[in-house]
Amino acid sequence: MFLQTLVTGLSIGSIYSLMAVGYSLIFSVLSFSNFAHGAVIMLGAYIGLALAAKLGLGFVLVLSGAVAGAGLIAIVNERVAYAALRRRGAPSLYLMISAMGCSMFLENMVYATIGARFYAFPEFFKSQSVRLWGSSLSLLDLCAFVISMAAIFALQIFITRTRTGIAIRAGVNDMTMCSLMGVDTDRLISVVFFLAGAFAGVAGVFLGIRYLVYPTMGWVTNKAYIAAVIGGLGSLPGAMIGGLILGVLETLVSTYVSSVMRDVFSFTALIALLICLPNGLMGTETEDKV
Amino acid sequence: MYYYYVLNIFLLACINMIAVLGVSIFTGFTGLFSLGHAAFVGIGAYTAGVLTYHWYVPFPLAILAGMLASGIAGLVIGIPTLRAKLRSDYFAIAILGFGEALRVCLENLSITNGARGLSLDELSGSAWVVGALLASLAFTRSLLRSRFGAMFMAIREDPVAAEMAGINLFRTRLLSLVVSAVLCGASGALLAHRIAFIQPVMFTMTQSTQLLASVIAGGMGSISGPAIVSFIFTALPEMLRKLEMYRLPAYGLLLVVIMIFRPQGLMGYREIPDLLRGTRDLLLARRVR
Repeated sequence: MFLQTLVTGLSIGSIYSLMAVGYSLIFSVLSFSNFAHGAVIMLGAYIGLALAAKLGLGFVLVLSGAVAGAGLIAIVNERVAYAALRRRGAPSLYLMISAMGCSMFLENMVYATIGARFYAFPEFFKSQSVRLWGSSLSLLDLCAFVISMAAIFALQIFITRTRTGIAIRAGVNDMTMCSLMGVDTDRLISVVFFLAGAFAGVAGVFLGIRYLVYPTMGWVTNKAYIAAVIGGLGSLPGAMIGGLILGVLETLVSTYVSSVMRDVFSFTALIALLICLPNGLMGTETEDKV
Repeated sequence: MYYYYVLNIFLLACINMIAVLGVSIFTGFTGLFSLGHAAFVGIGAYTAGVLTYHWYVPFPLAILAGMLASGIAGLVIGIPTLRAKLRSDYFAIAILGFGEALRVCLENLSITNGARGLSLDELSGSAWVVGALLASLAFTRSLLRSRFGAMFMAIREDPVAAEMAGINLFRTRLLSLVVSAVLCGASGALLAHRIAFIQPVMFTMTQSTQLLASVIAGGMGSISGPAIVSFIFTALPEMLRKLEMYRLPAYGLLLVVIMIFRPQGLMGYREIPDLLRGTRDLLLARRVR
């Protein structure tokens, strides 16, 4: 029973991690909270759903389609809503408001055009289970966990080992300097948004399979923001660990205490953490830059 | 009949305007982002509602209690998240979580009658609503013209420079938050007893974003701009009932467009008297020529 709960928690946590990593990536480069991240996740889930239900594609193709689609949506979102503000050097408050506007627009456009109906993905995992040490673990949980972790480690390798990755890290450190060294910052930011969108696509598909697909499903990113704060805003390993911790704790609370209190618990944990450890677990920069 | 319909919309717009004033102080004048002020409206509404529903507390006392409860909630959220030198994003994230947690609590407590909501008496008459609005306007105006208003605006323009000039960032931001929460609480208490029914879903992120959209479209750093826009935002959907579906996407688009093309909003840093003065000067200049 405990092992089963732990695996479910890790699987939910790994989805939180995917969302939190994408959000943290954008935060570390542009230092604003991208509140449109949830809408991109929701659109990723709808793209996956369309591919699965309308075209009857298999899981791998559905996942890659959602990744590519959500990535492109994130790039377009940046070009339309943030690029002009970014070039003007507008305060991050303006970027946050613009992001909120995007999120509201996308969510409610889906609501107005596709409708508020809840859709379910076709059964990819046929509720199969794997027996391990006497407890049965669902294949979906294991799959979500393994794929999410693999994606995050691939990102880590991309960021530390490739030229583009080095450019991203340089951009995190100092965007102006980075552009003086000959890096095309517009392209760099597009790459960052594509990566964040791709992660959002994976998260969207897994959320859709685990729960359902509906216009406000992106609200679950509230948890990703909390996870990112737990790990320390702007830190990628922090976002991953924060997501896993939050997922496991929440599942433990909903299994052993009460499922209703789960969201209240996450929020209380956030406040408690901000009081005791305001920088998060792995946070480095929490002060507004001068 | 038609008269009551129009009066009702007018009073709802007035109530909404009180909450918009609160958000305007926090976002427009202190430069902090909030996606959860509907939670403060909800706390005010539920505190006042529960008091009049269960314990028959007199209406004025219930309003005060609602304001007090919202103010305390503001302190509880503000103290850990607005601590000096923490990025303002922490507040935005915490208030998001707070709004959701509050909704879950309201839906599951027996005293609030859960998701079914509370049916209340219609106690906020026109005199109460208009009186409260005028009092809030006068209060906001004098607050913003005081030393504190100058401190808020200094922080909005440049927190580092403001701190260099000796302003305590934490205390000033916290004050701004508590004042805005109290105004939202008053708006909630009036709202609950105007439409005579409250439900947890009335105080979600959608409501918060509508408050924020009014402030931004009206102009950050103006009192009259957001007030005018909040009036339009309450009245317009009533006239365009058929387009109800596209109201929220339109608000979203409006936020993005305003940020890109006219971040100062409708009124910028100006107020109605400034505009009147400007027009007079223009007219005088013409006459001289």
